[in-house]
Amino acid sequence: MEFRYLPMTDEDKQEMLRTIGVESTEALFSDVPEKVRFHGELNIKKPTNEPALLKELADLSRQNVSLKSHVSFLGAGVYDHYIPSIVDHVISRSEFYTAYTPYQPEISQGELQAIFEFQTMICELTGMDVANSSMYDGPTALAEAANLSASQTKRKKIIVADTVHPESRQVIASYAKGPGLEIVEIGHKEGMVDVEALQAEIDDNTAGVIVQYPNFLGQIEPLAELQQLLEKEKAMFIVSSNPLALGYLTPPAAFGADIVVGDTQVFGIPTQFGGPHCGYFATTKKLMRKVPGRLVGQTTDEDGRRGFVLTLQAREQHIRRDKATSNICSNQALNALASSVAMSSLGKQGIKKMAWLNMQKARYLRQRLKEQGVESVLRGPFFNELVVDIKMPVAEMNERLLNKGFIGGYDLAKTYPEFATHMLVAVTENRSKDEIDAFAKEMGDIHG
Amino acid sequence: MDKQDFPLIFEHSKLGRTSYSLPELEIEGFNLKEEIDPVYIREEAPELPEVSELQIIRHYTALSKRNHGVDSGFYPLGSCTMKYNPKMNEDVARLEGFSHIHPYQDTKTVQGALKMMYDLQTSLAAITGMHEVTLQPAAGAQGEWTGLMMIRAYHEANGDWNRTKVIVPDSAHGTNPASATVAGFEAVTVKSNERGTVDLQDLKRVVGEDTAALMLTNPNTLGLFEENIVEMAEIVHQAGGKLYYDGANLNAIMGYARPGDMGFDVVHLNLHKTFTGPHGGGGPGSGPVGVSEELARFLPKPILTESNGEYYFDEDRPDSIGRVKPYFGNFGINLRAYTYIRTMGAEGLKKVSEFAVLNANYMMRRLQEEYELPYTQHCKHEFVLSGKRQKKLGVRTLDIAKRLLDFGYHPPTIYFPLNVEEALMVEPTETESKETLDGFIDTMIQISNEAKENPELVQEAPYHTVVKRMDETTAARKPILRYNRES
Repeated sequence: MEFRYLPMTDEDKQEMLRTIGVESTEALFSDVPEKVRFHGELNIKKPTNEPALLKELADLSRQNVSLKSHVSFLGAGVYDHYIPSIVDHVISRSEFYTAYTPYQPEISQGELQAIFEFQTMICELTGMDVANSSMYDGPTALAEAANLSASQTKRKKIIVADTVHPESRQVIASYAKGPGLEIVEIGHKEGMVDVEALQAEIDDNTAGVIVQYPNFLGQIEPLAELQQLLEKEKAMFIVSSNPLALGYLTPPAAFGADIVVGDTQVFGIPTQFGGPHCGYFATTKKLMRKVPGRLVGQTTDEDGRRGFVLTLQAREQHIRRDKATSNICSNQALNALASSVAMSSLGKQGIKKMAWLNMQKARYLRQRLKEQGVESVLRGPFFNELVVDIKMPVAEMNERLLNKGFIGGYDLAKTYPEFATHMLVAVTENRSKDEIDAFAKEMGDIHG
Repeated sequence: MDKQDFPLIFEHSKLGRTSYSLPELEIEGFNLKEEIDPVYIREEAPELPEVSELQIIRHYTALSKRNHGVDSGFYPLGSCTMKYNPKMNEDVARLEGFSHIHPYQDTKTVQGALKMMYDLQTSLAAITGMHEVTLQPAAGAQGEWTGLMMIRAYHEANGDWNRTKVIVPDSAHGTNPASATVAGFEAVTVKSNERGTVDLQDLKRVVGEDTAALMLTNPNTLGLFEENIVEMAEIVHQAGGKLYYDGANLNAIMGYARPGDMGFDVVHLNLHKTFTGPHGGGGPGSGPVGVSEELARFLPKPILTESNGEYYFDEDRPDSIGRVKPYFGNFGINLRAYTYIRTMGAEGLKKVSEFAVLNANYMMRRLQEEYELPYTQHCKHEFVLSGKRQKKLGVRTLDIAKRLLDFGYHPPTIYFPLNVEEALMVEPTETESKETLDGFIDTMIQISNEAKENPELVQEAPYHTVVKRMDETTAARKPILRYNRES
């Protein structure tokens, strides 16, 4: 079998072995004790040639229903948004995707500057002073924020609204076990965090309070009220935020947030079955030296030219080892680049327009569903998602919708027992009037 | 902005320029202001750039030219396995039925994706000799933490609450001790011996009733195989601890040895290293974790399972450490790795390790005359030189690295591992030709000669890059972490 990624010829090999002074490559493995040597053949599939493998995998991909083959109203943290064609063209420049972390600034100015621009865009959207070069995803960024609040305040209790994404809450709980944090969940009142219950939970051991804006149920949480509550507290105000919504909504910084995190999947990153997406982490100047992950800073070279470097590395694992602020090493740089291109493409006006389109179209669906007798159950202001009571199991509805070419919404019964027959429906700018009309009609017909 | 500066995207911005093409509204708009309290409506728009499509393309194309990737030239960055990233993998990852599927779709509608994931899990288990694999962790460091949390859960399930320490060699990656801390353990260092491998006496000294685990990279970060692995496994297991395998260096041993057979209980892999998921300028990666049968019940939920040819997620795992990452891991990267494994098969992967090791040994033997080689036995896929001799001439390893830039090379990893003075860690990978290796070796020899004859030449390098050496001190002292229009 030929292997196109392996360039050494037999002649090369012989010459190299002579230089090394051994008879065969086998001799180079003489330090592997016989007891642990593997002599069989790995039990995996045989090597496959390019055309055959490409065909097989293309066939496999066609076994999946996709957001392109069907019309989707599924969101719940992952969205089908407009991706400008240029995004993939830029991230396909192999100088970007075949590079690694820019340790050598002289030959990595492209990546470093792109990250510096990303950091700036995240600061602009969130209103925060500092943003890092990216995290794995929104939920792990949130877990890092919780841990940071605990180490900074030297307290152990984290209060989380149950309107925060269920998987974010699960990830926070997993990360909390290391430092031994106590996680307290606060219920909701009509889809918004129960502010009174939250207030009652805050005590001298509270390190951080976490809400999502807009929240998992699509509602715009009352950050102004929470700000009043938290202003006089030492506990940190941590907000997880869909950055697209911030094109229209007041940024969390205006409400005194200490840490703002989220996922930039909404900007130029395909859903790809949930990953890789791209977490962001933004905070105040005060916490700048506690930020997890890479930071890029501006400086000058010996000739006084502006340039960029990785900076404040004394926070990081490769320098501080067990005292580092986080164990994160690789991040989501390429996806941060994709989001930067998408954000540049939208610009100052486009981002507002895109957020606005989402809000308009979601309201149109709400109205059409209502006409069909399917009621939206939450009354508060919302972004692009709504909770509707379909009076039947969501799985059953979704199966019937699938037959009509739709991917229905998220089944809230999975995580919210109080919403046993409720569907979380997302509407993005990508849905046309015809699609919304047809979906509402189908829902109404099935709902009967 | 100074004339000589390369512009930021914001510096191309002009009021009223656009580059978007959003769908139409098509309906009569709703009055949002009636419904939303004005305090939540943004007053000042975020300062995103206002640029045209061509401006964006020119900007990022120019930036890409200011960046060195594997496709630009040799990238022997030790411990990072900068091998060729196959283009076919990129095409597969962009197939619509993979790139545009949603994690909350009914599993019946994503059987193709699940089949791929299941096959990948099984293949990785076979390659590592482990019982079961999770694809959830996003990267190597997250895999380390995941593995340690499982080890922690295992000890706790045995009522063994006093195992608070994780042993790491002095040559370990920084993520190892950092992950131990995040998992709630205390990191303890074990020393290396004169052969560059773990000192068994010191291991016996630090191991004890408080040992939760030993984390080991094998071959280690010096590129040396831990020959005493069988004894080490015995020492740690006898003390009741578990053995953790950092898979950063798996590229050296595929088909030759498996962590599972060496006695490791938990293994993480870096799919962006060994299995060609591209490095992306820093990520995304993917860090699957394999475990022994004994630890399988602690794997993160949900677990991808197969029954009668149908794939589904098993949530009913009461002993699981929980979820470590939203959804199902970095699917897009896992898909690239799967494509690579299917391209190579068992035969190809073994050749990968054979040539990775051959290349490293060849370079090491040719370079050891000019550069100090602290450990002289055969190396595996990488080796570490010391710049001690050159330092005596006033030329530091940093200078050598900067001089390499002038010849179009990405330098090796420098000043790591920490137990080698002026370290230069070289990992050629198997995808480089002999001509490339020879070219790099000749350049390294030339730089060594320059250090003897004209040290200033090396000390002041680089000369041919788009910027010269950067003022990193000021960057850290007076951090500027974002663009401000005023400044």
